[in-house]
Amino acid sequence: MTTTTLAAAPAGRSPTAAALRRFRKHPAAVVSVLFIALVVLAAIFARPLSGHDPNAIDLLSARTGPSGDHLLGTDSTGRDVLSRLLFAGRISLGVGIASAVIAVVVGTLLGSIAGLLGGWVDGLVMRLADVFMSFPSLVVIVVVAGILGPSVLTMVIAIGLFQWPVCGRIVRGVTLSLREQEFVLASRATGAGPLWLMRKHIIPAALPPVSVVATLAVAQAIALEATLSFLGLGVQPPASSWGNMLTDAQSLTVIRSEPWLWLSPGIAVALTVLAVNFVGDGLRDAVDPRSAS
Amino acid sequence: MGAFLVRRLSINVLVFFLITIAVFALVHKTPGDPIAMQIPADQLNSGSADFIAQKRAELGLDRSLVVQYWHWLTNALHGDLGYSLLNGRPVTELLGERIGPTIELMGVGLLISLLIAFPLGILAARRRNSWLDYGATVVSLGSVSIPVFFVALIVIYVFTLKFQWFPSSGISDPTNPGLLDSLHHLVLPALILGFGNSGPFMRYVRSSMITELDADYVRTANAKGASPRRVVLRHAFRNSLIPVLTVIATNLPQLLAGAVVIEQVFAWPGMGQLAVSSVNQHDYSVIVGFALLIAIIVLLSNLLADVLYTVVDPRVRLR
Repeated sequence: MTTTTLAAAPAGRSPTAAALRRFRKHPAAVVSVLFIALVVLAAIFARPLSGHDPNAIDLLSARTGPSGDHLLGTDSTGRDVLSRLLFAGRISLGVGIASAVIAVVVGTLLGSIAGLLGGWVDGLVMRLADVFMSFPSLVVIVVVAGILGPSVLTMVIAIGLFQWPVCGRIVRGVTLSLREQEFVLASRATGAGPLWLMRKHIIPAALPPVSVVATLAVAQAIALEATLSFLGLGVQPPASSWGNMLTDAQSLTVIRSEPWLWLSPGIAVALTVLAVNFVGDGLRDAVDPRSAS
Repeated sequence: MGAFLVRRLSINVLVFFLITIAVFALVHKTPGDPIAMQIPADQLNSGSADFIAQKRAELGLDRSLVVQYWHWLTNALHGDLGYSLLNGRPVTELLGERIGPTIELMGVGLLISLLIAFPLGILAARRRNSWLDYGATVVSLGSVSIPVFFVALIVIYVFTLKFQWFPSSGISDPTNPGLLDSLHHLVLPALILGFGNSGPFMRYVRSSMITELDADYVRTANAKGASPRRVVLRHAFRNSLIPVLTVIATNLPQLLAGAVVIEQVFAWPGMGQLAVSSVNQHDYSVIVGFALLIAIIVLLSNLLADVLYTVVDPRVRLR
C-alpha cells in the first residue's frame, strides 16, 4: 500500500520523490518489492496458476514427490502442495495486512488522542502501550486461542491489538511536536476540532514513519500467523496456511523422506517475511535520511 | 530512585490485577458448564440437573461473579490454581516441574544470542557501511524473519538426520543420563533459540556502540594513545552496555515466546510444551495457570529492566 502511494507521487523534487529516489538506492528493498508483487499476484491468481483444487483428496497419489502433474508433490492425503501453497498465500497476506491495518488504526487513534489531550489521558495511554509492548503476542494468543478456541478472526484482532503501541508512540510524538506549531494553533483558533486536526495535520505528518512501522508490522504478523498455525492454533485445516502446511512435518520420517512437504511452505514464509522486512528497512532509510547515513 | 521504583512496582501490581480480571472473564466466557462437562454424555439424564445444581452450590458457582472472582484470586495467590481436568494433578505442581527445563533452555539460548550479537554488533559499529556491517544486518534481519520452527526443521534435517550429530527430541536419554547427555540434547534447541533472538540484540549493540564511539571521551582515549582494542573494549563497550542491559531484560518475554515454539518441535518438557498440549486438549485450568505465570514473568522482567536501568546508570539515580 505504501509503495503505491510512493509510485503515484508526481515527479520532481517533492519530498515523496526524494524519498522514492532514496528507496531505489536500496537494492535489497527494490528486489523485495518485486518479489512481494510476485507473491501477491500468485495469491490472487492462485486458481488458474495451480491447476488443482487445493482440497481435492487423492489417496492413490499421496506423498508423491515433485512431478510434471504435481510440481511440488502431494501431501499425506494426495492434495497438491503447489495449489495449497498458493491459496495459503492469500491467508498469510490477508492476515498480515489486516492485522497491520488494525494496529495502525488503533495506534493512530490512541496516539493522537494521547498527544492532543495530554495530561492523565496521555499517561494512561502510554502506560497501556508499555503493557501491550511487554507481552509477547505469541504467548498471549496461545492462551486466548486455548480458551476461546482457535479462529482466524481472533488471531487477526489479537495480533493487531498487540502491535498498536509502536504506531501509537510515533503518532503521539508527531502530535506533540505539531501541537506547538503555529499553523496548528491557527487552525485551532479558527475552530478546527480534533478530528479535523487529525485528518489535515496529524495523519499527513505521521504517514511516513507510520508507513515504516506498518510494513514491519505486516512482516511480523505473517510470521506470527505461520507460527500459530504451525502450532495448530491459527488457520485450521482443511484451509491451508504456510504455517499449518508445516504441522505435518513434525515427524522425523516426513522431514527425512518428504522434504517437498515442508521445504516449500517454509521457504515461502521465510522469503516473504524477509522481503517485507527489507522493504520496511528501505522505507525507513527513504523517509528518514538521517538513519541511512 | 526509590520513588521511581515504587511507582513502577505499583503500576505492575495494578496491571497484574487487571490481567487476572481479563483471564477470569475469558474463562467465564468458555462454552459449557464445568460440572456437566465432567459427566460423560451417555450418563446425563433427568436427575443430572439436581446433581449439577447441588455441585454448583458446593463449588460456589451459583454466587455472583465478583464473589467467584475473589475466591479464585485468593486461592491463586495462595498457590492453589486448581487441578488439571485431564489427570487431576494440581496445576501448580504441573507448572512447577516444567519451569526448570524452560529456564535452562532460555538461559543457554540467551547466552548464545549474546555471544552472536556482541561480537557482530561491535564489529558492525566499528566498520560502519563495510561489507561486514551489511552482512551483520542481513544476519539480524534473517534471524528476525525466518520463523523459528522452519529453522528448527532445517537444523533437524541436517544435524539429526544427515550427520546424526545431535538428538532432536527430549531433554535427556533415560538409558544414558548424565551432564554430557543433557548438553547433547540442549545443543540444537538452544542454538536455534539463540539465533532467533540475536537479531534485535545485535541491532541494539550496534547502535549503542555507534553512539559511544562518537562520544568525546573516546576521542580523548584515542588521543592519549590507548590502543584501538582498549578504547573499544574498556571504554566504549562498557558504556554501551547500559542501554543494552535493559533491552535484554525487556526482551526476556520474547525469548520465552521463542522457547514455547522450540519446546514444541523438540519435545522439550517445558512450560511452553505443557501450554500447547493443554490448549489442544482443552485443559482450561492449566491454561489459566500458565497465563498467570506468564503475566508474573513478564511483569518481573519489566521490573528487572527498571531496576537495571537505575542501578547501572548513575545519571538516572541522581534524578
